[in-house]
Amino acid sequence: MSDMTRTLGMFALVAVLILGTGFLQSWNSALLILNMGLVSAIMALGVNLQWGFAGLFNVGVMGFVALGGLATVIISMPPVREAWAAGGTGVMAALAVGAVTLAAAVWVTRKMPKGRARALAMLAVLIVGFVIYRALFDPSVDAIEKVDPALTGYLGGLGLPVVLAWPVGGLLAAGAAWVIGKTALGLRSDYLAIATLGISEIIIAILKNEDWLSRGVKNVIGLPRPVPYEIDLQNDPGFVARAEGLGIDPTTASTLYVKLGYGIMFTVVLVIILVLAQLALKSPWGRMMRAIRDNEVAARAMGKDVTARHLQIFVLGSAVCGVAGAMMTTLDGQLTPSSYQPLRYTFLIWVMVIVGGSGNNFGAVLGGFLIWFLWVQVEPIGQLVMNIATAGLADGSALKVHLLESVAHMRLLTMGVILLLVLRFSPRGLLPER
Amino acid sequence: MSDPFLIGDTMTGGYGKGPDILHDCTIAVERGEIAVIVGPNGAGKSTAMKAVFGMLDVRSGAVRLGGEDITALSPQARVAKGMGFVPQTNNIFTSMSVEENLEMGAFIRTDDYADTMAQVYELFPILKEKRHQAAGELSGGQRQQVAVGRALMTQPQVLMLDEPTAGVSPIVMDELFDRIIEVARTGISILMVEQNARQALEIADKGYVLVQGRNAHTGTGKELLADPEVRRSFLGG
Amino acid sequence: MEFLNAFVALSNFVLVPAIAYGSQLALGALGVTLIYGILRFSNFAHGDTMAFGAMCTILVTWLLQGWGVSLGPLPTALLALPFGILGAAALVLVTDRAVYRFYRAQKVKPVILVIVSMGVMFIYNGLTRFIIGPDDQRFADGERFIISARDFKSMTGLDEGLAIKTSQGITVITAVITVALLFWFLNRTRTGKSMRAYSDNEDLALLSGINPERVVMYTWLIVAALATIAGTLYGLDKSFKPFTYFQLLLPIFAAAIVGGLGSPLGAIAGGFVIAFSEVTITYAWKKVVTYLMPEALEPDGLLQLLGTDYKFAVSFVILVIVLLFRPTGLFKGKSV
Repeated sequence: MSDMTRTLGMFALVAVLILGTGFLQSWNSALLILNMGLVSAIMALGVNLQWGFAGLFNVGVMGFVALGGLATVIISMPPVREAWAAGGTGVMAALAVGAVTLAAAVWVTRKMPKGRARALAMLAVLIVGFVIYRALFDPSVDAIEKVDPALTGYLGGLGLPVVLAWPVGGLLAAGAAWVIGKTALGLRSDYLAIATLGISEIIIAILKNEDWLSRGVKNVIGLPRPVPYEIDLQNDPGFVARAEGLGIDPTTASTLYVKLGYGIMFTVVLVIILVLAQLALKSPWGRMMRAIRDNEVAARAMGKDVTARHLQIFVLGSAVCGVAGAMMTTLDGQLTPSSYQPLRYTFLIWVMVIVGGSGNNFGAVLGGFLIWFLWVQVEPIGQLVMNIATAGLADGSALKVHLLESVAHMRLLTMGVILLLVLRFSPRGLLPER
Repeated sequence: MSDPFLIGDTMTGGYGKGPDILHDCTIAVERGEIAVIVGPNGAGKSTAMKAVFGMLDVRSGAVRLGGEDITALSPQARVAKGMGFVPQTNNIFTSMSVEENLEMGAFIRTDDYADTMAQVYELFPILKEKRHQAAGELSGGQRQQVAVGRALMTQPQVLMLDEPTAGVSPIVMDELFDRIIEVARTGISILMVEQNARQALEIADKGYVLVQGRNAHTGTGKELLADPEVRRSFLGG
Repeated sequence: MEFLNAFVALSNFVLVPAIAYGSQLALGALGVTLIYGILRFSNFAHGDTMAFGAMCTILVTWLLQGWGVSLGPLPTALLALPFGILGAAALVLVTDRAVYRFYRAQKVKPVILVIVSMGVMFIYNGLTRFIIGPDDQRFADGERFIISARDFKSMTGLDEGLAIKTSQGITVITAVITVALLFWFLNRTRTGKSMRAYSDNEDLALLSGINPERVVMYTWLIVAALATIAGTLYGLDKSFKPFTYFQLLLPIFAAAIVGGLGSPLGAIAGGFVIAFSEVTITYAWKKVVTYLMPEALEPDGLLQLLGTDYKFAVSFVILVIVLLFRPTGLFKGKSV
């Protein structure tokens, strides 16, 4: 029962914080925090699946989140017909050649006896495949990127409803996770960490450089939205009338309406994933996962296929991160590959899980909201503190200017301190695993 | 009756908060003698020795070295008091050369230990030959010699060996026992735990047969070898 | 002549940069590998330790430059380096006392220490940005080149120039001196040997009377020195930007793992393996090949296997290959 009270109390605290933001700052800020908090909570749930349930150390969260973002572009943007005509088939053929090459290389390794001949054969397959791939790929990509580079210069997407991108983002992330898991799981935890860190950097590098796919650093803007546009609402007399009836000016009302729309959709997704995660945790499958986590040797001795189970949960957790990534890009309305930073999209999620309480789904959700709130609010709070602290210094003094300008970096410091404090004094998090 | 040089007197205790493994167990060794602890598997042989060395909580009873009560001292402090300990496994620095292993054995000494090293090389000539080789590359018997040599570098008054012949061939075992007798002749007391009970008792001045953490039989090596009950139960007839 | 030109081009664009970069990675990887060997965890804060040390060096460099102190043709930063090391040493020792020691006493699992180092990483990163800001900082002074491309051409009469930057020369010389000192320390001194003993067999080291806290303290001091030197050299050679140091974490870890975690020699080998692979795979070979091939066979493309932005992919692929085929690394590291 006290567990329950604690959980309720903690969530009440979060509610107070967000409502407080609404009353003290603005309801727009409050809803922004709420929406990103929902997304963060889903990411934290994904990491919690991997770390809390199975003890897998994934520091490539950013990569899976970014794949979700890519899915949004691929699903929702209208296709660029000229680009497809210019080089679409070429790129597809090149990718097919690449896939066939890899498959052939794997086939060679499996079928031929070990030795120099096999190594040479594999090398030959890879080199020939690579040359053909590049011969097909390079001219097609050049052609695609020449198509109206200021506006498109990429293949575009499928022009489907954007909400479809959320599950697809999950699938994309799951696919990547499967490949990584196949190679890196079963290695020791540190190695998995480095491997995931590497793959996430590679995914970001691909998004930044493969302009034909994601427009690279030129960003994809104006992604379709699942909710109405503010301007349309403001031009809708019915909406304006209702807003005025509530005593809110139409502009504010329209922004609130849009954010609330996102908030409701995100809440639905969060609840679905949370319910599924809870069911999984309580199921025999979840118990087995935790048994493996707590004593891998014993679990193996009992005939459990530990690596296969790990692969399962690694893929699932990454898929959840992919879904959240797609939702986040939908909320932003644009894909900006250069905005993906590991501190923000990997390590901050980890802070959420650890602070919330790893192994406890509600803890992960709580951590998502709470840490996101702090991430946003530390800056204004820091500004306030710093203003008071430097009040004694002469205006315009170099130190004062420097201190005030540096406030922006307080959030990293604060996150580190919070993580260390929780690890030290409440190592199982705010809502410990039962 | 005067106290033996090293005695674990009526020790009772176990690891951490776990159950007691030793019950009123007494182990002692006189200056320059060899004492051997034998007994069936799980009898608490190694535990008894670790208790003497301070590696587990002794809840009642005492450990005295040369008349001084050392029950409360840490293993490291006991090394400084003149006790040397050779663990059963992981008893050498595998990545370091033989000579460096000996140097590390002498780590707490601030005086010149060149003489001691020369004595160790005299005792184990093969080590001198391989002094610049990594200890991990040596054979099982040679590794045990490195381990014993390392413990001797502090010039201990008493040397404790936990199953020094585990996993080595019978020929190497005989050689190791010869070396151990030589060490004892230099005036160092030896306390060791052994699986190979018969061979160990043959070289022992004193033998302790432990059963379930209690002293079952105590006597000189010869007495125990002659005792029909010990023979029947522990020495295979 | 054509062959010579090809070789000079190769040296200029591949060999010299890769040797300098490899030296920087090797120094970084040595720090990671020492922490792994002694404290037994993968330190995610290492990149940011490098950034912090480099930042301290830069601040002192600016101070010295302000006083008009200089080393003539050499960068003033060399003079400031010892102070930078002191700054980093103070930081890591305080961190160890305030953070890591507690977990050491608890004997927690290594993965917990990795998570703790994530928190430390946030703090160091925040500190560095707080003090010096997130932007690029210039602090190199003195001569820019040991030999510039134009001088080289006029000296040799070749079409290709070979430029060696002062920072590259200093990197290699400093790295050689540092590594020589480190190995002398580890292999010849009592304290160094006790560190190796502790890394090899903790229990036996305790039995031998080696004081673990002392070993840990020396390790942090050495790591602070290595990190600061690596960070400063990298900053002199490329530029100082806090975020790039965080990104160096991946190639540094790749180097340490490829070489064999816990093995100092492996860290150096790993650093060069990673650096050479990164540079060769992301270099456009057209120029070199043009000199070597008859005109008819001259390539039209750039002959670049991967864009420079994919250098992470290179470290990563090498890492995976080594992990799959030789999990303990090139030099046997700890496989725990």
